[in-house]
Amino acid sequence: MRRNLILGTGLSAMFAGAALLSFFWVPFDIGALDIANKIKPPSGAHWLGTDHFGRDILSMIMVGGRTSIAVALVAVGIGMGLGVPLGLAAAVQRGGWLDEGIMRANDLIFAFPSLLIAIMITAVFGASAVNAIIAIGIFNIPVFARLTRGAALGLWTRDFVLAARVAGKGAVRISCEHILPNLVNLLIVQGTIQFSLGILAEAGLSYVGLGAQPPVPSWGRMLADSQTMISFAPHMALSPGLAILLTVLGLNLMGDGLRDLLDPRLQRGQR
Amino acid sequence: MSLLQVENLRVELGGAPVLQDVSLRVASGQIVGVIGESGSGKSMTALAVMQLLPPGARCTGQVALKGQDMLALTERQLCRMRGRDVGIVFQEPMTALNPLQTIGQQVAETILIHEIVSRAEAMARAARTLERVELQVPPTRYPHELSGGQRQRVCIAMAIALRPELLIADEPTTALDVTTQKGVLDLLKQLVAEDGMGLLLISHDLGVVADMADQIVIMQRGQVVETGRFCDLRHSYSKALLAASDHVPDRTGAGSEAPLLQLRDVVRDYPTPRKGWLGKPGRFRAVDRVSFEIRRGENLGLVGESGCGKSTLTRAILGLEAVQEGTILLGGQPVYDGQRANRSIRRRMQMVFQDPYSSFNPRHRVGRLVSEPFHLLETAPQGVEKERVIAEALESVGLQAADRHKFIHEFSGGQRQRIALARALIIRPDLIVLDEAVSALDVQVRAQMLDLLADLGDRFGLTYLFISHDLSVVRNVTDRVVVMRAGRIVEEGKTGEVFENPKNIYTKQLLATIPRLPENA
Repeated sequence: MRRNLILGTGLSAMFAGAALLSFFWVPFDIGALDIANKIKPPSGAHWLGTDHFGRDILSMIMVGGRTSIAVALVAVGIGMGLGVPLGLAAAVQRGGWLDEGIMRANDLIFAFPSLLIAIMITAVFGASAVNAIIAIGIFNIPVFARLTRGAALGLWTRDFVLAARVAGKGAVRISCEHILPNLVNLLIVQGTIQFSLGILAEAGLSYVGLGAQPPVPSWGRMLADSQTMISFAPHMALSPGLAILLTVLGLNLMGDGLRDLLDPRLQRGQR
Repeated sequence: MSLLQVENLRVELGGAPVLQDVSLRVASGQIVGVIGESGSGKSMTALAVMQLLPPGARCTGQVALKGQDMLALTERQLCRMRGRDVGIVFQEPMTALNPLQTIGQQVAETILIHEIVSRAEAMARAARTLERVELQVPPTRYPHELSGGQRQRVCIAMAIALRPELLIADEPTTALDVTTQKGVLDLLKQLVAEDGMGLLLISHDLGVVADMADQIVIMQRGQVVETGRFCDLRHSYSKALLAASDHVPDRTGAGSEAPLLQLRDVVRDYPTPRKGWLGKPGRFRAVDRVSFEIRRGENLGLVGESGCGKSTLTRAILGLEAVQEGTILLGGQPVYDGQRANRSIRRRMQMVFQDPYSSFNPRHRVGRLVSEPFHLLETAPQGVEKERVIAEALESVGLQAADRHKFIHEFSGGQRQRIALARALIIRPDLIVLDEAVSALDVQVRAQMLDLLADLGDRFGLTYLFISHDLSVVRNVTDRVVVMRAGRIVEEGKTGEVFENPKNIYTKQLLATIPRLPENA
């Protein structure tokens, strides 16, 4: 179990570190076009080769990671920050007006295809990474609200919640002290899943041109750009594809490991 | 030749022995009771007989059914045998049935697996089997339409549909009410007599097994302690179990005249779903004009079957929910005034719950769990003083002060109930509500817990409201008893008088269900 945590944290840290490093140093300037050296396979100078403008793909991956990771992180933050409190509030009185109101609003968001909403937002506010974050974030809210409510409803029927009520605690305090801590493992797992979906969603939005705008690179844009050249330059698609795959894998492993680490019931065997 | 013959059975789980040297025999038409506390290996014995042991278990010794060695059979042969030659009934009737199939289909399934018959014929036989178990409902019903006792009868029907020669019943009545329990036990006895089956009846309750079993096997820590007829049991452990199951704790105080808790015409209604779009929501009256009082220092028993309104009443007493009519007074003051519970009254009451596993937040340490009721105090103790009070509460229930740093999963069921009691005691309430607080415990642990309750009651001048369906416990620890049925109080009086001379017909029925240990034990 520890192996997952170490492997996952290592993978995630590697991509996050590369993205951070790109603020200070990249192997090649990605603004400088070098048409003479375009579409070169991996070599000693360009470890991952160059793209159709002759830009170094390794540098592109590093800079592009900034966009992809930031978009996914903020989007999960929006989803958790708003969804979890909404879910907790809805669970306090099952079937009450608050519960009905929150859950029906959730259904409304769920009813729209996410890409459609993203297109609507970008149509109104223009295509940019910030708008992609907002669009993906809004779609994370009902996911977390629903998950939180479902699990919290189960917890509200437990005797330890009744014990807290006998101790005179109110709904808000019980939600924070008793319900939320027991949801942590669920939220971590769902959080990592949503994070990976966020990276994929950003890639998807950028792919259709609604995410990060040129010249800002992102993994999704790089995939989109390489599409037409995949038959003779597969390395252009492979690198961003692998970056997405490995980041998502690392995050999922890390989520599993964290969940086990934070559960007091599983700690004893490890100590 | 015995129907079932188990010799020197040894089962290891992950290298650790869970059963050692277990030998027992069941003859046709014989009822063998297996008794033991939790973890004694009684269920494991049943699983070993069926060869349904968890993966990773190693089983050696001899298990012979009708002379056939079960350990030598392949999985295919075992599958043919299970259900046809051996039937099994489990403890929890609520989860043992598939909610998507009618009860008739589920019984017919057993028949269809083992015999080549048409579906219609299987259904007809299923219907006959359901009649045999005296189920008064048609086979087209779904499990959720049935009560716990009825579901257990369906489970029995599934087990006996093919008239197996051996029936294993693993705690078949533990999850049921006392009145239902008696019906199910009588049915098992009757089926054994009619079909000449052997019955292996597993239970933690000596009372249940004692009057039906021809042979009793007492198990402890994976080993058979003693085998014999009930009146021949001689081993010290058997005697200890016997004594513990009918334990009467010593108490001094029998209560003063001053009333502590008074209920006057308490009514608690629940809204039921609207009928149709425009219909008015209906009302369900869970508690109907209940009045009684508890005197200071007295132990009052509140007895009734599940669904009689006990839990609803408890919530109302604790001020968790408002009542629709009537008043509840503690020390002369209402527990619920207007919209909110009265905090100054609430801090004089605490509660201990039935399930030692779900009544604690698994993510908090014991110190924090125990000090939760401090929230009710105006000025909760802080720092060193808080540590001292927590240590004192833990020590008063027989635990150590250092236990406050542990998590709840590190404790056994009995220890958890002690922690629950420490949590209730920490703010020195006047009244403690014990909601089936000892029902989930093994008899010996239960006896210790009852002693502890009596001791603490005398030391701190506590008043207990003892809610239970376990009549023998209620008889041994309470001064007065209130019997509740369908939201109403049907009888009230001194415990001794009610048990000796019940006036109400329902109370009489209830008392008749107490499993009695045969005399001269």
